[in-house]
Amino acid sequence: MHFHKYEKIWLSFGIVSLIVFLSVVGVSAFSQNHTPSGGMDTIDPEKVNETAPFDNPGVTQLDEDTYQVAIVALAFGYNAPDLRVPAGKEIIFKVTSTDVVHSFTIDNTKVNMMVVPGRVTTKSYTFEEPGKYLILCNEYCGTGHHMMSTEIEVY
Amino acid sequence: MIAQPERKIALWHLGVAYTAFLIGTLMGVLQVFIRNDALQLPAWLDYYQILTAHGVLLALIYTTFFIFAFFITGMSKSLGSFGPKVRLFSWIGLWVTLLGTVMATVMIIAGEASVLYTFYAPMKANGFYYVGLALVIVGTWISSFALVGHYMVWRRNHKGQLSPLFAFMTVTTIILWIIACLGVVATVLFQYIPWAFGWTDTINVELSRSLFWYFGHPLVYFWLLPAYIAWYTIVPKLLGVKVFSDSLARLAFVLFILFSIPVGFHHQLTEPGISNFWKFLQVVLTFMVIVPSLMTAFSMFATFEISGRKKGGTGLFGWFKKLPWRDVRFTSIFIAMAFFIPGGAGGIINASFQLNEVVHNTLWIVGHFHITVGTPVAMTFMGLTFWLIPYLTGRRFTKRMQRLGFVQIITWSIGMLLMSTAQHVLGLMGAPRRTAYSGYNDHPSAMEWFDGILSNHVTMAIGGTILFLSAMILMYIVIMTMFISPKAETPEQMVEFPLAESDMSHTPKWLENWWIWIGIAAVLIIVAYAVPLTHMIQHAPPGSKGFITW
Repeated sequence: MHFHKYEKIWLSFGIVSLIVFLSVVGVSAFSQNHTPSGGMDTIDPEKVNETAPFDNPGVTQLDEDTYQVAIVALAFGYNAPDLRVPAGKEIIFKVTSTDVVHSFTIDNTKVNMMVVPGRVTTKSYTFEEPGKYLILCNEYCGTGHHMMSTEIEVY
Repeated sequence: MIAQPERKIALWHLGVAYTAFLIGTLMGVLQVFIRNDALQLPAWLDYYQILTAHGVLLALIYTTFFIFAFFITGMSKSLGSFGPKVRLFSWIGLWVTLLGTVMATVMIIAGEASVLYTFYAPMKANGFYYVGLALVIVGTWISSFALVGHYMVWRRNHKGQLSPLFAFMTVTTIILWIIACLGVVATVLFQYIPWAFGWTDTINVELSRSLFWYFGHPLVYFWLLPAYIAWYTIVPKLLGVKVFSDSLARLAFVLFILFSIPVGFHHQLTEPGISNFWKFLQVVLTFMVIVPSLMTAFSMFATFEISGRKKGGTGLFGWFKKLPWRDVRFTSIFIAMAFFIPGGAGGIINASFQLNEVVHNTLWIVGHFHITVGTPVAMTFMGLTFWLIPYLTGRRFTKRMQRLGFVQIITWSIGMLLMSTAQHVLGLMGAPRRTAYSGYNDHPSAMEWFDGILSNHVTMAIGGTILFLSAMILMYIVIMTMFISPKAETPEQMVEFPLAESDMSHTPKWLENWWIWIGIAAVLIIVAYAVPLTHMIQHAPPGSKGFITW
């Protein structure tokens, strides 16, 4: 098959850039642990409120430098009382849903988690700046979708 | 001119396409006003109902019917008249798709299916909504088999020959479409329909999402490839040159079969149930599609330059001025291509493993598909409409229509530029998508999003309004050329089907050996999907009941 000389240059440039891009993304993901939220844990969506840690949603201190935040998403809000966490510490978010698919998204951060019934989504995040952050649902979940929000305070 | 029966089938498709377009764009303009709180809907109508109708009618119905109108006309033009069976099945395909469309639309209007066109479980619409969508797919399959049948008859009668480029590309698109639909057909038939009618109690949500996105991503290539067909085969004719390279054009198309399907997980990067390894593998495969996209970009600009130089353009960029800018058929497609440059770049951002977290489900995504599907694809279709309808009706495309055509594409570009830029910026700041008025009780963070010069409530509404006016101009052109414009009487007044010559003398035969490509596609799909899907089934959580949350 005939490739024009300039086209060969153009495609080589494209393929080399592609390899560079993917390497950057891959190295940062697997050697520096920059992976998106996820997790393989399952849960019975009808028994969320009696399953740990969602039987006691909210903030728990795991050790000196780690906090866990368990949240239950439901139409149209979050069951997560008193969300106050310190800045500079690792916060592990665990979120699940009792009904439809939602999201758990903290404005001005990289926390952007899909919440799927039957599954637990996990994301680790460290806040740098104290303040009040808006949490909202960015997956359409019904008529109250645009009202579904809460707040987390970082001290 | 192609045979009368095919013209009739194609015109019916265009009629349905533009009816859907009319309703869909009306729903669009309502949304921008609700979002900035300028409009209150009556109690019987809900924002999300309108949003569902907008998505279904424009993204699924307008595109599908238009694509088949274009395919039917082009296949008849390049391979000759249809036989009676091909005609019959094309009609059956049209009626089944239309029946499905009407069924789904009625359910949306009745308020029984405000689940958007992605219909994520366990939100449960009326069972007939899913049946309607299934019929839309079945209908397109019937039409597809009719066209493939026509192609096979041609192959039988032309043993050892390569098929014309248009037919090759149509068959590629159809193969892609049929393989892609297997995912959505599986989930709708085996998961949604039994569950929606109450034959099963629960649904495996994560599995349904993965099967949906197995289909949902190649769906965008089903929209895009017909536009590419026009770029490869129609544009060179408008420029007065041949197809740049027949073999490269074909190679680009088969690469789309291979790399557009095993990549659906890049829509699910931030969700549980899929391990990082499999997400990343599909990110890598997603990026492969950049190769045929770059090949296409090269071919297009090479075609422009060859044509411009032939017309006397000199210097590094002198050829650019020699392009037929006064021809709305060309200018519309050129602008469409220009929009695809930021559109494609945005797509790379969306699919980039971690970057996705910044933009996932924000208004950025809405901006993204308005400058991919909403402009490169839709505006290419508009550019085709200008000659396709007069070609099929035998009416004239008058000077006045030509001028209106320019007004239409320029207003569409301005409207889209304003609206999608606002959406991209708002999305980067964090504003979510798929929401009605979203001030979050005037939360200071939310108020900040709307403070910008472009990212305020007004820009998007102005853009949306301009787009709607543009859509109405297009509807006027469609109605005029379909029913009212004077009939062409002299050969000069006749509108042609501008199909460029393609030199096949250097094209290798193996490019048209479909079994190779279908085989490689199957292997890639199995590699990308077999393990994670099996895991989703074997380690499934208890299923979900249905919820009606609207």
